[in-house]
Amino acid sequence: MPINNPNVHLTKLSGAIPAWSGVIKPDDLQPTCQSVSDGGGRLVALWGSDEREQNKGFALHVALVNEKGLICLNVPLPNDLPSYPDISQIFPVANRMQRAAYDLLGIYAHEGHDHRKWLRHAAWHGGSFPLRKDFDAAKSRTEESDAYPFVQVEGQGVHEIAVGPVHAGIIEPGHFRFSVVGEKTLRLEERLGYTHKGIEKRFESMNLQQGAKLAGRVSGDSTVAYAWAYAMAAESIAAVTPPDRALWLRALFLERERIANHLGDLGYLGNDVALSFGFAQFWILKEQLLRNNAALFGHRYLMDKIVPGGVAVALSESDKQTLLEECAMLERDVRLLRGIYDEHAGVQDRFIGAGRIAPKLAAQLGLCGLAGRASSQAWDARVQFPCAPYDKLDVQMATYRNGDVAARVIVRFDELFESLRLQREILANLVHDDILSAPLEKLPAHGFGIGMIEGWRGEVLVAIHTDAQGKLTRVHPHDPSWQNWPALEHAVIGNIVPDFPLINKSFNLSYSGQDL
Amino acid sequence: MTTDQALGILFQLYQSLLVVALAPLLTGWVNQCCAWLQNRSGPGLLQPYRTLRKLFHKDAVMAYNASPLFRVTPYILFGCMWLAAAIIPIIAVDLPFSPAADVIALVGVFALARVFIALAAMDIGTAFGTLGARREMLVSFLAEPALLMVFFTASLISHSTQLPRIVDALAHHQFVLYPSLAFAGLAFVIVLLAENARIPIDNPATHLELTMIHEAMILEYSARHLALVEWASSLKLFAYISIGIALFVPYGIAEVGAMAGNWGSALPLAIFALLVKLILAGAALSLLEALLAKMRIFRAPEFLGTAFLLAVLGLLIHFLLGA
Repeated sequence: MPINNPNVHLTKLSGAIPAWSGVIKPDDLQPTCQSVSDGGGRLVALWGSDEREQNKGFALHVALVNEKGLICLNVPLPNDLPSYPDISQIFPVANRMQRAAYDLLGIYAHEGHDHRKWLRHAAWHGGSFPLRKDFDAAKSRTEESDAYPFVQVEGQGVHEIAVGPVHAGIIEPGHFRFSVVGEKTLRLEERLGYTHKGIEKRFESMNLQQGAKLAGRVSGDSTVAYAWAYAMAAESIAAVTPPDRALWLRALFLERERIANHLGDLGYLGNDVALSFGFAQFWILKEQLLRNNAALFGHRYLMDKIVPGGVAVALSESDKQTLLEECAMLERDVRLLRGIYDEHAGVQDRFIGAGRIAPKLAAQLGLCGLAGRASSQAWDARVQFPCAPYDKLDVQMATYRNGDVAARVIVRFDELFESLRLQREILANLVHDDILSAPLEKLPAHGFGIGMIEGWRGEVLVAIHTDAQGKLTRVHPHDPSWQNWPALEHAVIGNIVPDFPLINKSFNLSYSGQDL
Repeated sequence: MTTDQALGILFQLYQSLLVVALAPLLTGWVNQCCAWLQNRSGPGLLQPYRTLRKLFHKDAVMAYNASPLFRVTPYILFGCMWLAAAIIPIIAVDLPFSPAADVIALVGVFALARVFIALAAMDIGTAFGTLGARREMLVSFLAEPALLMVFFTASLISHSTQLPRIVDALAHHQFVLYPSLAFAGLAFVIVLLAENARIPIDNPATHLELTMIHEAMILEYSARHLALVEWASSLKLFAYISIGIALFVPYGIAEVGAMAGNWGSALPLAIFALLVKLILAGAALSLLEALLAKMRIFRAPEFLGTAFLLAVLGLLIHFLLGA
């Protein structure tokens, strides 16, 4: 059992990663969360579901993780007063998830301090909840203004800078409200949700295969991680194990996605300190990798190449050679470029000390993924909960303790080299087999499954609930950006305004993934 | 009017049109060199002209609360930079316009343009405009004295603050190596980078609004206004590089009196020398930019302080060595 609590009865879920689920009463929620938090665990995701069609009212789902594995708590909530105890005091990161759960489903945390809307802008009015099954889109149209009470900072010489959601460059939309004195940032408040597309609502009317495509489009830069997490959740419900070759190919795709994104980010980080040379070189390498993806697998970003039950594309023996050559080329060039970044005084002057999150604060905020590892938060699902084939790969986790931009750069470089090593090992281990996919057409009724994959940004989680006919009734994709966006607000405190873009890029969080 | 005067006016007109026409080409050359140094193929030398043509064809959009100041600033900016480029002896020394203003007035012309662009940036009341104006003022307030010191060093050698006299003294009298000018030259390069919004002070290619200095001030301009502002920026870069050439490597420029006699041979040589020097200067600028990263804004005072220090050292050396 992952937690010792007489009130909590957990049952182990079948699947590739260690996960348990259980039903608890609302009153037991806070003590359970507290005990997981005390044991060094974290909150991964929080979402709600409308189960009134099965005469069960609403339900709150909380996914926690500790060193044993994932713990999924199901908290049934009454129909008329769907409220639950606030857990943002235990896990600060729960704040936005709770607010989003209210915006979408109307379930709310009592005794919470922050009840401002989060995902809802002016697209639907406050009294209607899109994820309720009886939601009528036509009636929820509103002409309301999109007012949002930002926290005000007062004092002599303090003023606000409002940035976005439309930016000078072509990037995703988000609003940043800086309270500054001179060039120094006193406080940053984020306002996201501009790319809310109703992905979770869309899942409800999809079948398993369509859902896989949509999951791969939650956040384009993590399409492999999402597709795998979705497939893992579906395979967990159906108790299907994909063939060996498919699993090795999935790992290959995931590492290639990591390499591509790290290359891109390292280039961007150079660009943000005006070292355009680094930008151009890293992007040449990334482009080479993407072209190889397109040539060998049929898609530059490997979209739709992972399907429930297996993979959709194979790798021939001759193509292996292409990838090995690419590996050698990348290793040589990235090593050279790392030397340039490391020895460039101007670049290091900008990187070191900027946007620091100390390990203690990182632990408090539940920082995860790459940014977490740069602040001594040693969580990597590939290492701690290795699903096949990672159980045969012995992944070396890259961690660093400084928590500044320089640390996130170091972790990116280390992970890049580790991914290149893994890719070599995967190619060596890739068994030859004609079967790429196990049959998985339909899911059993009343199923619940969960998948968690360490994407390049952090852990991507997808939870699937099925109804009496085995259809998707609720799918919740969770992006690690939920955890790390609030941390960015802390990282910029005390830094100068022109350093924000650099600090932001060193996290490179997803807007689309958290706006859903 | 004597033939000399008529020729002088003709040359003045010729130079003024030449700088306006050539300035975007210089910007294009610098950008092209930057692209080559980054392993990119680059947009080509003529890209700035294409951009200008595009901008002149677009409809201008104005902020609702823009005052007339915001409207006229691009014209003032362009006028100031054109005037500056007309004062500097670029192809010939004895231009009728040159005695009208000395180097101190030249610094004043640049300052006038800066005051207007900063006011226009704050005029529309966006956070970025004010942010940019504030930073611009910080940078220029440090760069301006350094530039004046550079000019003083040069004028001590030639005993005049008139640019034609300075250039004439340096170019056409006995060839002497001036150690004081070496220091002034270094200081001038730093000032040139800062004043023209180049790396390491500003990044002309950035799209990150929070880090901008010059670009933040002109974010609200569009169409013909933006075209004029961009053209003025090109002119400013051209003017600064021309000042650098005039002060430190004036060799080849047409002499005083050349107009009257052998202008047919002096002028082609002057234009050829100018083009070679511009090509080299543009390449050197892009090389500097490729090697440097942008520094934090609060490192700018140290950087520009160094420029001031170097310029003052140049002055002192002149007094100590008399050279």
